[in-house]
Amino acid sequence: MKALKQKNEFLYFALRNRKLQIGLGVILFFVLLAAFGPLLTDYEPFDYVNPTGPVAPSSKYWLGTTFFGQDVFTQVVMGLRATFLIAILGSGIATLVGMLLGFLAGYRGGILDEIINVLTNIVLVIPTMAVLLIIAAYLQVRSLTMESILIGLTAWPWAARAIRAQTFSLRTRDFVDMARMSGESSFKIIFSEIAPNMMSYLVMTFILQFGGAILNAATLDFIGLGPTNAISLGLIMQYSMMWGALQFGMWWWFVPPGLAITLIVGALYSMNVGLDEVFNPKLREM
Amino acid sequence: MRKYFGRKLLIYLLTFFLAVTIDWLIPRFMPGNPVANMLARVSVNSTAASVMQEYYTHLFGLDLPLWQQYLNFWANLLRGDLGISAYLFPKPVTQVLMNAIPYDVALLLPAILLSWLAGNNFGAVAARSKWLDNTVSPIGYILTATPYMWLGILLAWFFGIILDVFPIAGAYSFSLSPTLSWKFIGDVLLHWFLPFFSLFMVQFGGWAIGMRNMIIYELEADYSHYLEALGAPRSLIRRYAFNNAVLPQLSGLALQLGVIVAGALVTEVVFSYPGIGYLLLAAIQNQDYFLIQGCFLFIIIGVLLANFVIDIVYVLVDPRTRRGMTGEAA
Repeated sequence: MKALKQKNEFLYFALRNRKLQIGLGVILFFVLLAAFGPLLTDYEPFDYVNPTGPVAPSSKYWLGTTFFGQDVFTQVVMGLRATFLIAILGSGIATLVGMLLGFLAGYRGGILDEIINVLTNIVLVIPTMAVLLIIAAYLQVRSLTMESILIGLTAWPWAARAIRAQTFSLRTRDFVDMARMSGESSFKIIFSEIAPNMMSYLVMTFILQFGGAILNAATLDFIGLGPTNAISLGLIMQYSMMWGALQFGMWWWFVPPGLAITLIVGALYSMNVGLDEVFNPKLREM
Repeated sequence: MRKYFGRKLLIYLLTFFLAVTIDWLIPRFMPGNPVANMLARVSVNSTAASVMQEYYTHLFGLDLPLWQQYLNFWANLLRGDLGISAYLFPKPVTQVLMNAIPYDVALLLPAILLSWLAGNNFGAVAARSKWLDNTVSPIGYILTATPYMWLGILLAWFFGIILDVFPIAGAYSFSLSPTLSWKFIGDVLLHWFLPFFSLFMVQFGGWAIGMRNMIIYELEADYSHYLEALGAPRSLIRRYAFNNAVLPQLSGLALQLGVIVAGALVTEVVFSYPGIGYLLLAAIQNQDYFLIQGCFLFIIIGVLLANFVIDIVYVLVDPRTRRGMTGEAA
C-alpha cells in the first residue's frame, strides 16, 4: 500500500517536471522519426538519386543531397535507427555488466570486492576510445551489433563503481539483514531487496550510458572505424568532411546529423536531471 | 600517503601491463592477416612487396612461438622500438609519434586546464543566482552533449568559411617554413585557436554544470546550515562549499581524460591538425597497423601520466589524503 502511494507520488512529480517533459518529448520525437521516417522517403540511403550532385534542401530533397547526390534526409533517418540500436545494445550491455559486478562486489565484499575493484579501476583508467580503436582497426568487416558490443564491454566501469557504492551502503540495512536471516539466497536478496531500493539510480545509470554510447559510436564512426555495411550519424559527418562539405559550404550535409546527436544526448541529460529532482525531494524546490 | 600512492601506482602498472598485452594480442588473434592487409594498401612493385612481406612477417614475429613473440614485443617496446610505419615508410613509428606529440600537448594542456578552471568558477557563480542558473545551465547541458567533432565542424564552417577569419586546416600555412619569427608564431597561433576553442567549449559546459550541481549539494550539507545558523556571511559559506566541491571535480577530471583525448582525436581530424588524431586517421585509412598500435600505446601512456599528475594534485589540495586518511577511495 505504501509502495503504491509512493509510486503515485513519483508519478505526480514526474508528470510536472519540466526538464523531464522536455527531455522525453525530444527523445520521443527522434524515436518516431527513426521509426516512421524511412516510410516518408522514396530513396535508399546510398542511392545516387540526384544526378546533378549536391543541392540545398528543397521540397524534393528535404535535407538536400550529398556531393554524390544521395538524399541526406534518408541517410539521417536511417542513421538515427543505427544510433538508437547501438545506444540500446551498448548501454544495455554496459549497465548489465556494471550491475552484475557492482552487486557482487558490494554485496559479497572481501576478496571478491578487492579483485573487482582493481579490475574496475584498471578499465576505468584505460581510455575506452583507444581500446575501441585498436580492436575496430583490425576488424575488416564491422557491423552495428559488433560496434555496440564493443562499446558496451568497455563502458561498464563507472556504472559498476557507482552501483557497488550504493549496494555497499544498503547491505547492512535492517530489511536486508531480515531477508538474510529468513534464509533467502544472495541472488534473491540482491534482486528483490537491494535492486528495487536503488531503481532510480539504475535508471539514471542506464540513461547516462545511453548518451555515452551514442557519443562513443559517433567518435568511432568519425575516425573511420564505423560500421562497414550501414549508415550512421557519425558516418554521415565523416563522409561530409572527407568530400569537402566544408569547403563547398554544403552545410545541410553536416549540420543535421550532429544536431540530432546533440539534441538526443542533451535531452537525455535533461531527463536525468529531471529524474534526479523527482526522486530526490531536496532538489525539487530548485 | 605512501599507501595511497602505492595503490595508485600498482593500478597504473597493471593498467600499462594490460594495455601492452592488448596491443600485442589484438593483431595476432583477430581474423585476417595483418601483414597481407597492410601490404595490399601500399602500392609498390612486386619484388619490393615480397621483401616487405618478409620484413613485416619477421617484424610481427609471426614465425616464432607465441611466448617468444610476447617477450620480444616487450623487449622492443622497452627499447622504444615500435616498428616501422608502412604509410610513412621507412620512418620508425616512435619518431613519427614524437613529431606529433607537441601538437597534442599544445592543444590538450591549455584546453583542459583553462576549461576546468573557467568552468568551475563559472558554475559556482551560476549556482548563486536563479537568473544566471536558468540561462547558463541549458547552454551548459547542450555544450556537453555536443559531439566534439560537430562543434569543431560548426566553428570551422562559421569562422573559417563564412567569416573567413581563421584557417581551418593544418598547423601553419604551407607557404611558411618553421622559423622563429613573429610572423610564423602568429600563424601557428591562428591555426591553433579554433581546434583549441572547440575542445575548450565542450569541456567548459561539462565542468560548469558539474560545479553548479556540486555547489547546490554542498549548500544543503549540514556544515553549510550550521554556518548559516551561526550567522556566517554568505560569501564564507560559498567559499567552503566551493573548496569541498572542487575535490570531486578533480577526480572527475581524471575520469574524463579518456573522453577528452578521444575528443581531441576527432577535433584534429576536423582541422587536419597534425597531432596523434590526424596520424591515426591516416594510419587507419592506410591500414598502417604499427602506427595504430603506436598511437594506442602513446594515448595510454599519456593518460596514465596525466592521471598520476592529478593524483599528486589531489594530495596537495586534500588534507585528508595527505594525513593518511582515505579521502578518496582508491
